[in-house]
Formats: sequence, C-alpha cells, structure tokens
Amino acid sequence: MSQTEIHLKIDDVAIGFGGVRALDGISLSVPKGSITSVIGPNGAGKTSLINCISGRYIPQNGSIQFEGRDITRMSPPRRAEQRIARTFQNIALFKHMSVLDNLMTGRHVLMRSGLLTCGLYWGPARREEIAHRRAVEEIIDFLEIAHVRRKPVGMLSYGMQKRVELGRALALEPRLLLLDEPMAGMNSEEKEDMVRFILDINQERGVTCVLIEHDMGVVMDISDRVAVLDFGRKIGDGTPDEVRQNPAVIKAYLGDKEMAG
Amino acid sequence: MSERLDTLPKRLQSMARRHGHKRVALREKEYGIWQETTWQGYLENVRDLCLGLVAMGFERGDKVAIVGDNRPEWVTAELAAQSAGGTSVGIYQDSLAKEMAYIIDHADAKFVVVEDQEQVDKLLEIREQIPKVQRLIYYDPKGLRTYTDDWLVFYPQVQEMGRAYGKAHPGTYEEMVADGDGEDTAILCYTSGTTGVPKGAMLSHRNLIAMGDTIQAVDPLTPDDDFLSFLPLAWIGEQMTALGMHLSIGFTMNFPEEPDTVQENLREIGPHVMFSPPRIWEDIVTRVQVKIADSSWLKRTLWERLMPVAYRVADAKFAHQPVSAKDRFLHWLGEFLVFSAVKDHLGLTRLKRAYTGGAALGPDVFRFYHAMGVNLKQIYGQTEIVGIAVLHRDDAIRFHTVGTPLPGGEMRVEPDGEILLKSPAVFQGYYKMEAESTKTLEGGWLHTGDAGYVDKESSQLVVIDRLKDVMRLASGEIFSPNFIENKLKFSPYIKEAVAVGHGRTHVVGMINIDMRSVGNWAENRAIAYTTYQDLSQKDLVIDLIQGEIERVNADLPEAARIRTFVILHKELDADDEELTRTRKLRRAFVYEKYEPVISGLYGSAAEIPIQSRVRYRDGKETTIETVLKVRRIEQMARVGGAAV
Repeated sequence: MSQTEIHLKIDDVAIGFGGVRALDGISLSVPKGSITSVIGPNGAGKTSLINCISGRYIPQNGSIQFEGRDITRMSPPRRAEQRIARTFQNIALFKHMSVLDNLMTGRHVLMRSGLLTCGLYWGPARREEIAHRRAVEEIIDFLEIAHVRRKPVGMLSYGMQKRVELGRALALEPRLLLLDEPMAGMNSEEKEDMVRFILDINQERGVTCVLIEHDMGVVMDISDRVAVLDFGRKIGDGTPDEVRQNPAVIKAYLGDKEMAG
Repeated sequence: MSERLDTLPKRLQSMARRHGHKRVALREKEYGIWQETTWQGYLENVRDLCLGLVAMGFERGDKVAIVGDNRPEWVTAELAAQSAGGTSVGIYQDSLAKEMAYIIDHADAKFVVVEDQEQVDKLLEIREQIPKVQRLIYYDPKGLRTYTDDWLVFYPQVQEMGRAYGKAHPGTYEEMVADGDGEDTAILCYTSGTTGVPKGAMLSHRNLIAMGDTIQAVDPLTPDDDFLSFLPLAWIGEQMTALGMHLSIGFTMNFPEEPDTVQENLREIGPHVMFSPPRIWEDIVTRVQVKIADSSWLKRTLWERLMPVAYRVADAKFAHQPVSAKDRFLHWLGEFLVFSAVKDHLGLTRLKRAYTGGAALGPDVFRFYHAMGVNLKQIYGQTEIVGIAVLHRDDAIRFHTVGTPLPGGEMRVEPDGEILLKSPAVFQGYYKMEAESTKTLEGGWLHTGDAGYVDKESSQLVVIDRLKDVMRLASGEIFSPNFIENKLKFSPYIKEAVAVGHGRTHVVGMINIDMRSVGNWAENRAIAYTTYQDLSQKDLVIDLIQGEIERVNADLPEAARIRTFVILHKELDADDEELTRTRKLRRAFVYEKYEPVISGLYGSAAEIPIQSRVRYRDGKETTIETVLKVRRIEQMARVGGAAV
C-alpha cells in the first residue's frame, strides 16, 4: 500500500467549537482505491473529520488535498464537482420524493442543460435526461432496489433508506466516497448486504472509500487501513493488524482485554 | 407443416424462420425498461451458447444443470443443451448446497449454468462433491470480479466461443438440431418427493410438445398473447409453459425485473394465461381484502354492494342457470365501476384463463375469482406427465373436481383408488432408477400414487389424497381423512377437524370451532356464552356446524360422509402435542388421546362425559370435566347448506 498514490491528504487539521477541540491536529493519508476506516469512541471527532472533507466545516487550521488540489476552503458544491460524495449518519433524503427522483438529484451536478431546455424537454436536454436515467437505473440494479423504485423514500424501512442514500451518493459517480456509519441500526442481514455493496463499489468501480463505522468485525474485515481517533487526536494508524496490536489503541478504545469480533 | 417438428430446437428454428425479427419471443425488464428479444434473436442466442458448449466439449446425451431466477438466459441455456442433443436439468434456486450437489451429481451434469454470485458461492462450496462438472457458467457478473478460478466462465464468453466455433464449423448447429429425435430426453425434472431422495423424471421432446399441442386444442392461445414467467423454472408447470406451450404457440414470454417486482410487472404485462399453485391465488385474495378494507368509503361501499351480485352471477354460471336481467345489469355496472379496476391492479385484466393445481383451493377463493370474471380452473397432473393431465373445461367448472382428461389422454381409477393415466405426455422413467420406473409405468399406465374417484354426477375426476394416506372403512371403501378435514376447514367457523373411520363402519368427526368467527356469529344472534367450552356445546352452534358438515358431505362420496360428530371442548394445540408446530394434525396421537370420545361417537349415547388434562404453557396441569353432545346427521340425498 505504501507506494500507491495518495488520493486524499489531510494535514494537521484542527477545528474547535467553543472550548471543545473536535479535531486537534489530525493528519491522515488515504491511498487511492483503498477502504480507509476511521474509528474511535463517541465524540472522538470522526464525523467532524468527514464534515471537513465534504466541506460542511471549514477547518480552522491545516489543509486538505484531494487529487493534489487544495480543497480546504472549497464550497461543498464545488467539492461535489470534484466527485466527492457522502452519506449521512442520520439519513438526509427527500422523504416525499420517490427513490428514483432522489437518485436523479444525485446527478444534478453532472447535468448540463439549463432550465429552459429542460423545461421543454427537447433535443439535447432529452438525450441527457435519458442518459442520466440509464445511469440511475444501473445503480438501482446494482443496489437491488428495483422493487421500490417508485415508492416515496419516507415509506421505506430504515435499512432500505440507507441503501437509497448510498445510491444517491453513487449517482454522482464519485471518486471519493465518504460513508458515515452506513451500517448503524441495521440487522445482520442488512449489514451483510451493505458490506457487499461497499466492497463492490470499491473493487468494481474503483472508488476510494472513507468509512466511519462502529462494528469492529466489519471494519477489521474490509478496511485496507484504519485510523483511530480519540478526543480529536489520532492515536493510531495502519493496517487492521497493526491497529489491533497497537497498545495505545487497545487501551483507549478497544479496552484492555483481547479485542472482540 | 411438411417437416417433422419433433424436437423443441426444431420448433425454435421454425418459429425464427416464420417470425424472424417481426415478433417478440422473450421480454425481460431491465434497467426499468422492457427489453425485447425477437424469435430470430432467441435462436441466435441459443445457437451461440450451444456452439460454445460444444466448443468446451459438450456431446450428444450430456446434461446441463441450470440454477437461477426466471431470466431469458435460463431457457436459452436449456434449448442450447437440447440443440446439441443434450438434456437440461433445472434446479430450484433456493435449494440448499447439499441438495444441489445430489441432483447435479446424480444427473451427471457436465456443465452448470448459474445466475449470480450467490449460486457460484454455493457451487464452489460443494465442488468436491460434483467432480463430473467441467465448467461453471454464470451470467450475472456482479461481485465476481475477484474470482479468478478457471472453473468459472462468463456466459457471454461462452457465446463468444460459440460464435468463433460457428465460423470455423459452419452448419454444425443446424446438423445437430436435425439429428435430434422426438424420443431424446429433453429435460430431467427432479421431484422433491416427500420421502426419500429426489427422483429425476425424464421427459422427452415428444412429451413436452404433446403437452403444448393438446392444451392448445382445449384452451387456445394466440401468438399475440403474453405470459409472465415468475414461478421457479425448475417447476414442471413453468417448464410446460416456457418450453412446451411457448414453442408450440409462439406467444411472448416475459420475465420480471426481480423476484420482488413480480406484482408490479404482472400489472405492466397483463398476461393472458397464468398457472399457479393455490398459495398464489389465496395471497391475491387476501391482498384485495386488505386493500378494500383500507380504501375510501365510496369504493368500499360499491365493492360491498356489488360483490354479492357478482357471486350470484358466478353461482348461476356454475349451476348453468340463467341470470336475471337486473343482476346482469348490476354485474355489468360492477365490472365497469369496480371489478375492472381491481383486476387491472392485479394484472388480471387480460387473463383468458388461469389454472390452479397441486393442492385443493377453497371454494370461497374459487368463487371470488369467478365473481370477478377471472376464469380460474382446476387442473390435475404431475411432473411425470408434464404438469397437466386433467383439467376443467370452460363450461364445466366445479369446486371439488379437477375436470376431465386432455384430448388423447386416458384415465382409470383402480379398485384400490389409485388414479392411472395414459397419454403421449407420460414420461420415459426416472433417471438411473430402473425399479422405480418399471413400477410407476407398469402395464403402460402412469401410476400416479394419488387416490381419487370419478364423480358420478359430472363424470369429472376428484382427487382425494396421496394413496398411502387414505384409509379404509371396514367395508373396504376408501376415504381420506385429510381430504375431509381440509374441506371442513374451508368453513370460516371450523378451525380444526379430525375425521375417524379406519376399519370402522362409517366416518365420524371431531370439530374445533373457530372462536372468533363463531363468537361473532353468536353475538350477532344474541346467544350468550362464557368460555370456549361453553360456546362449543350450545345447541345453535352445533346446528351451525352441522350445516357446514352437511354442505361438505354433499360433495363427498356416500362412504366418506360424516355421520356423527362432536364439537370438542378445547382447541387442539401444539402445546398439548396434538398439532405439530406448523399446525399439522398429529393423527396417531390424537386418535389415541381421544379414544373415549371416538368410542362414544360410535356408541349410541347422546352425550360423552369427558375428563381431560390440560397443560398450560407454564407446565402446570389441570383436569377439565365436561360433557360433549353427540350429533347424528341423517343421511340425505343432497343438502343445500345456507350460503355463508
């Protein structure tokens, strides 16, 4: 992994809210095509880190580079254009819109036609719409959600909504996918499906994934690299095996006993 | 037609020649759109795959096993094997790995065609147990990118090999198809078999073609019709339609997008014919009832007002009686306002006819469909005779019968009650099971192992039960307790029933009432009651149940009618070991436990005192003392029980 290209480079990033140091000088390198997991106890700063990468927060210190460009102060829409997509810990879909429409919104930044031509649905706008629909249908097929295609998202189960949200992120054709606890609150079967999808996205579509997850079994199983945060600091970083051996990590996060799972 | 179209691939060729790219043979929903394959395209797909198999070493007489959901690739693989003089073996996609291993190995399959990663993983797990399999062909590559095993090969790659082979050896495909013979085994259809190992029924091209042609003679379809293939293709009913009927008639066969989207796809396609087991028909009724209950006041009221009219019209049709002008008008109105909309939602609008078979379907379900104007018919058949041997004719539909044999078929009922069949669709025997085959085909008849009789009134067949499950009265006459009990349980007031009579002079019954519906019934009539036990012994309740039994009796042969019955004081329960956890009667145990009641039923007393131990869920036991009232039913010629 060491000689591979670094896709995302986080350098000494810090952010605080009032007196709380959410991130306290985090540096992290995410290799291209890897699944890199960020773990840590509640409040360790994992979601803040994702928010800094996706542009929801602007770090007070440090820099973030994606594909060699500095994106530290770039706006979220511009980052979407760089093909950085994310899912949210608490689902953020348009509840009253159908699955299909939710996925179509994911392709918004890829659409070129203007309001007028789209409104007329004529010529290039029509061709474009058909091409986008085709891309979305491929995602529907990939995520096995054809049977709920026309259903309003709000009517779907939680596990299914998570899947739709992943679909919307994929609709952007991302090169970097940020997944904030994609498996939280799922039963084991849904988790298994989600793991399979993440692996397929990573392997078949070659998307670099940054994953926040609490299920240690899953993290250790599928990650190429694992970074461990505690109180806004990085206390460990390496392959799952290295992290498992790291005494500081064992003490701070996994407990003093043998790690479970 | 001058040439002999005696094999399925020959029929495919002929269809392609006739319809070319003008007609659609297969249609599958993919990426949200119905993607079409013409007859010419179908033939080319089959040809390429067939030659690909040949290039990998497939020879005449070899077998290809197929596992997957309903997709064009499934039937294409089947015809590819058959084109090269081989045989296809369908396997249910939800089979366990070890069941698959048995069938694949027993059938001597040389290649296995599977759909996706799930099946590939199963096959890799059992690889050691299926040494005869040379290659594993898959057609959905999702998740299989990292699989580097040489054993696996991607379906389009095989077709690519086939195209190359076809260029190098022009005319090979056509020669192979021409070499095919009607007596070649086309498919091996493994039947689950309630006991012992699965048996592979060998069905020839002639068998399948005969089925396709004869059913067309009775219930014609046209090339413009549609069929949606959504039940497992390993099932004989689906094989009969997807191969026999499809290649005989040339309608369009549609495949759903995913197993989860069948309902939606059914509505989009609106098939002209359907063949499903009772479970599917019952599910649809339940779904309609739920939706109606949830719908607006106006819709619900219309439904409730017009449905009785529809039932009246359907009943008149069954009885071949005229319908009054008023009912005709109201029925038309119902069709216009309500029924057509409901049918449209279910995808049943264009249905010319629908078949049910395999198990009994409740009369209420049957009436429901006919009231809605869906021509649902009962069939009887087996894998060994390509699915359908006996069926209702359009103008002779009865709830308790399964109809008369197809043209060219013969039927006989042995003195011991076994149904024997003979027709061009009777199979060649079980693969590698000589003794079984000889026994089943003894004397040139197919021995079905089912017991039945021919209904005197209508000359139609009535199927009772598996022969091994029927019982005999002292006089030697047969009856099936299961059959009687199931009929009784179709009544909303009867929850469980036990029929007794083996070695006795006549049949008696023990009934469990359905607390909820009988309770409601009693409340509506201001009959006061306290407990289940109290309710069960009310004279009016016994009258109600007697009416239900008399109605069932009317459809039973003389010997099998229930003459005496009691309503039991308690519900049969799995906790008391009277039922299995899946609510099947534990017959031997119940006969023994209720021996005092049974002897009472055969005695002359009007009441049976009973003591029974009841075990509560916490393990405590108590004794209940009560008296059961015995009711004797006078035998009447025919009793028209009140409609429910």
